[in-house]
Amino acid sequence: MSAGEKHGFSVIGQPLPKLDAWAKVTGETRYADDMVLPRMAHAKLLRSPHAHALIRRIDTARARALPGVYAVITGADLPRVKFGILPVSQDEEALCTERVRMVGDAVAAVAAVDEETAEQACRLIDVDWEPLPALMSMEESLAHPEIRIHEYGDGPNVHKHVALQFGDVDAAFARADLVREDTFYYEGSTHLPMEQHAAVAQWGADGKLTLWSSTQTPHYVHRSLAKILAVPGAHIRVVAAPVGGGFGGKLDPFAHEIAVCQLSRLTGRPVKIALTREEVFYVHRGRHPVLMWIKTGFTKRGDITGCHLKTWLDGGAYGSYGVASTFYTGVVNPASYKMPVYKFEGARIFTNKPPCGPKRGHGTPQPRFALEVQIDKAAEELGLDPADMRRRIVTEPFTKTANHLTVTTTGLAECIDRVVEASRWRERRARPRARGARKRGVGFACSAYMTGAGTAIYWNAMPHSGVVLRADRSGAVALLCGATDIGQGSDSTLAYLAAEVLGIAPKDVHVHPADTTLTPVDLGSYSSRVTLMCGMAAIQAAERLRGALFEAVAKKLEVPPGALVARDGKIGVADDREKALPFAQAVELGEAMHGVLAFPGSYAPPKRAATFRGGTMGQSPCYSFSAGIVDLSVDEETGEIAVHDVWIAHDVGRALNPLLVEGQVEGSVYMGIGEALMEEQVFRKNLHKTPSMLDYKSPTALEMPEIHTILVETDDPEGPFGAKEAGQGPLLPIMPAIANAVYHAVGVRIDEVPITPDKILRALDQKRRGGPGRVGPEKLPLLAPREPLVVESAFGQPAAAVVVRPFQTERLA
Amino acid sequence: MMRLPPFTYVAARTLAEATAALAEHGHAAMLVAGGTDLYPNMKRRQFEPRVLVGLRGIRELSGVRGSAREGVTLGAGTTLSTVAAHREIATHYPALATAAGLVSSPQLRAMGTIGGNVCVDTRCNYYNQSFEWRRAIGFCMKKDGDTCLVAPGSTRCWAVSSSDTAPALVSLDARVRLVGPGGERTVPIAALYRDDGIEHLAKTREEIVTDILLPPADEWRSTYLKLRRRGSFDFPVLGVAVAARLEGDVVRGARIVLGAVASLPRSAERAEAALIGRRLTPEVIATVADLAAGPSKPLDNTDFTHPYRKKVTRVFVARALRAIGGLDAGGSAVEEVA
Amino acid sequence: MKTRIALTVNDQPQDLLVPVHKTLLEVLREDLGLTGTKHGCELGECGTCTVLVDGEPILSCLALPVELQGRRITTVEGMADGARLHPLQQAFAELGAAQCGYCTPGVLLTAQALLASEALPARDRIKEALAGNLCRCTGYTKILDAVELAALRMSRGRASRGGASAEASGEMIGTTGTRA
Repeated sequence: MSAGEKHGFSVIGQPLPKLDAWAKVTGETRYADDMVLPRMAHAKLLRSPHAHALIRRIDTARARALPGVYAVITGADLPRVKFGILPVSQDEEALCTERVRMVGDAVAAVAAVDEETAEQACRLIDVDWEPLPALMSMEESLAHPEIRIHEYGDGPNVHKHVALQFGDVDAAFARADLVREDTFYYEGSTHLPMEQHAAVAQWGADGKLTLWSSTQTPHYVHRSLAKILAVPGAHIRVVAAPVGGGFGGKLDPFAHEIAVCQLSRLTGRPVKIALTREEVFYVHRGRHPVLMWIKTGFTKRGDITGCHLKTWLDGGAYGSYGVASTFYTGVVNPASYKMPVYKFEGARIFTNKPPCGPKRGHGTPQPRFALEVQIDKAAEELGLDPADMRRRIVTEPFTKTANHLTVTTTGLAECIDRVVEASRWRERRARPRARGARKRGVGFACSAYMTGAGTAIYWNAMPHSGVVLRADRSGAVALLCGATDIGQGSDSTLAYLAAEVLGIAPKDVHVHPADTTLTPVDLGSYSSRVTLMCGMAAIQAAERLRGALFEAVAKKLEVPPGALVARDGKIGVADDREKALPFAQAVELGEAMHGVLAFPGSYAPPKRAATFRGGTMGQSPCYSFSAGIVDLSVDEETGEIAVHDVWIAHDVGRALNPLLVEGQVEGSVYMGIGEALMEEQVFRKNLHKTPSMLDYKSPTALEMPEIHTILVETDDPEGPFGAKEAGQGPLLPIMPAIANAVYHAVGVRIDEVPITPDKILRALDQKRRGGPGRVGPEKLPLLAPREPLVVESAFGQPAAAVVVRPFQTERLA
Repeated sequence: MMRLPPFTYVAARTLAEATAALAEHGHAAMLVAGGTDLYPNMKRRQFEPRVLVGLRGIRELSGVRGSAREGVTLGAGTTLSTVAAHREIATHYPALATAAGLVSSPQLRAMGTIGGNVCVDTRCNYYNQSFEWRRAIGFCMKKDGDTCLVAPGSTRCWAVSSSDTAPALVSLDARVRLVGPGGERTVPIAALYRDDGIEHLAKTREEIVTDILLPPADEWRSTYLKLRRRGSFDFPVLGVAVAARLEGDVVRGARIVLGAVASLPRSAERAEAALIGRRLTPEVIATVADLAAGPSKPLDNTDFTHPYRKKVTRVFVARALRAIGGLDAGGSAVEEVA
Repeated sequence: MKTRIALTVNDQPQDLLVPVHKTLLEVLREDLGLTGTKHGCELGECGTCTVLVDGEPILSCLALPVELQGRRITTVEGMADGARLHPLQQAFAELGAAQCGYCTPGVLLTAQALLASEALPARDRIKEALAGNLCRCTGYTKILDAVELAALRMSRGRASRGGASAEASGEMIGTTGTRA
């Protein structure tokens, strides 16, 4: 019996193929770059070769004269308005007018008969540059306040500086038996979706614009285009094409999207652009490099008395999601373990590099790495088993954290138990030391992650997600939702939810996603919000439709609506299979009774009582939890690491489709392994050092261990049929578990990622010479502390009551 | 999309046609066999030939002939996957089969040829970049510029020999046959290479590498170890090829060749000499490994740090010698919990 | 300058007039409309554009059509036998081996070549064969599972002689074969 049947579900819990799987295995799926429109022109951007420079003059005459060129534009051809994903950091220009702040900033765009001509034309654009000193590290940016990358922010080259204190950390440390202070560094990395960004714009003769783009957030692109192009939003349609991998890299409005719109307006032709792989590295918005200092007090039994975390984020040249990223390095850590007192200080620094932003786990893998490695060190000092120590201190369900997050369900204890058991953790830890050069080691770590952000990017009282369901007389149901399927299977998940409620097959649900003129707004595929928020909206819409159908069927069958159920493609009396009508017939009756059967569903996160002002960051309807164990070997002579097995247990609330959840968990583990061992976005002489698929090291099948995935279900009251997120949280334990396993294997601490063979040999050499056997950051940036916002710790208090559940006024079914 | 610049394509059907086409077009022409090295470099505008002379249609360039007893001849157009899978080569010249099987990815081994890998362009992470990237940092002397970005005071180019098969073939004492307008010549493969990142091949532009000749295998054992970040795609950032002939347990002949630490495959001659007449004891192996690491002088222009690549040279040489001597490679890790 | 080139793509002869420097990738996508072949780098560094030439996986971004005249080219569009999907396509769909789906065509073709030469390859062997195809979504796990499942079904199908196995044909509804 499957999990679904056990709970009385017919679709939920089944390992069904995704609805779009068939198109994807046959090559039918049409990604943005697969689109061809009549008379379509091809565009290219001219990008800055300087990390920091003033633009004295741009001469496009030679490019315009090239045969086959339709149009050449610079920033002068666009309204002088800056944009950015967050209202508080509108600091980007599609085509820079006065100054470039990184190699790769776009300054001009060409539309031509073909891509080669457009590229050739770009090389004929003459730009008179005045190079400025480039600030390529946080240290440089802080040391040179006289050189300002932006005029705004919380100090010279300081984009954002936050400080929050919940309780008295000094007193907490005084109570502790062991106080550890450690520093860690987490190198930046990029999403590297297999599909390079692409977009097609068509500005029709009717004055209306359509943009098809490989984007995770058509709604924000829609809003941005209206502002940047100075065109009514009502005349702009943004369609998210199927996205060939996102991971957060397609979450901002981008220069290339804006440029093709403007080029289409000027040429009267559809215009396509597809970025090269190198350009994708410049577009970036990936993992922030973060330097961290963490001080934590522990009792002899392993309780945490308090924690103080400082983070410094290397933000790159623009704001992007950076304000959120800064908060996220601080606010989510307290959700996993009992942490009665907490203080957090975080600063994001501008540098002349591609901007960092949200990559899978957005801001949280870095501090999680610091905390989990530090706990491992503390466990050793305290003589505790690292798994047992964590098991004792997991947060209680339905309580608040020190920083006022409400944790609803938590399956972390079960996650820990399950991976400990499945991996035979204790036996593995006790394995005798191998004689040869290859030493085995096991490492442990846990994590918590948000299931959607509690607030929208721009402040508003509208739904975060919306769904419209329309039932057809054929028995088909059309589901319209602004959500973007980036491969995670959100289209399919929405179909499963509607099908479950309506008692029909997922195949009968036709999902129409991500089209701003057709679909109700969903904010975007980020912060693990789609399954929960769109899912709740889909359930609400489906329940409303079902209610209308029940009313009509009840009249026909002469039974009360309350006696009806919808299942197996029929609507009828629960215990009497004779008294049932096929779904299509029910729709006909419903339409006869009510008119067109179209129902909306809306969702916005619940508002909870008694939080503090500014305390919205990190708040989420519910949190997922993961525990991971890594078994690896380290070659003591070469420092090479081979990861053999990963056991990962993930509290997903409920696995709506276990196949898709497993896929998200496995993909997270993969990305975590890449970050832990080899991926790094680094710069040399002002330039990206490795802007190619060959030189930026993305693990192949040969680097992958066997992944043993365990799904833990806690049936969260906030989620659709109890579901929580799965796409990001399971990445988090991997990096610290690998670091801890390396220590277990060869006794050296690599307090930074990536953990490269070179660093392991350096640490081993150092240890042989009597040193500490550690590679990690030695010093911290100079930045005057900011006076913290002091708030009383809410630790251990019962979950704050829900004051408002927006748009949840009635339950028809 | 990265695209090729325009060119004229001459599909040669015979070597004579190919050499004639090269002679006719001079510096404007380049040879292409598998294209796996040339085409990416052309897309990045590292090479801008106006004429490509395709060797694919030349029958005499493909195929493996002979036997380990009398020596094996590999047509330069033989694909790397064929070389890697060839039973005679895998059995009697394992360093070569291993090296060929470790080049890049399965797809590129199916396309790339042994001749192409022997002649593969030297690499440098200041050079193997797009035209725009190179222009942004300032062109280097290998293409379009006059300085060396990895060693700015240098008057020469330090791009790195990045062939897997070259060190293996040098260790096997292979020879190469070159055919040019003036006829053909056969030289030891080591003589094909020059210690220069730009002019790294000691052949004229008109000459074509047509065959690789392996001597009789006799009692020679060989092995090849490759350092790179991932198990696929990556070029070597260190290659160690060791071939040795043992009588009983005494070394009678030895060749130790380092790849990817200089602009050419580098023989560790002092280390080789120190092996002759010795038994492969742990002490001898340690001494020889230290000596072999001497000529390893990597610079900071590939993946991994150069001090690390130097350190691993010693480890790999020792491991290769242990493998050749049939010694325990140093114990194996304790496997699964029972 | 354009050249006349005769190609055989998915068993269809194609008579083309294209610039000689256009790669097979570009010709497939832009001249033949076969956009099932994707691209991720165009430099031979990711495997996304893999197609089969005479049954062997090669990278279309580094192949010139002029060099492939008379050879048999297979793209993802040519994998299915009419309306009947290749067992690999079926298994990839059922097991969730395609997430974003962008690397999928290249992976499928590489796996097809593997299974044509080895009926039941071990998991490590599958990893080796797929080592030239990067995927950023799946961690390769479900891809490996799907190749194993397809191999098993194809072997059973051959064993039962003639006609595709029940599992490998027709429409797939409900749970997958590998699950309890």
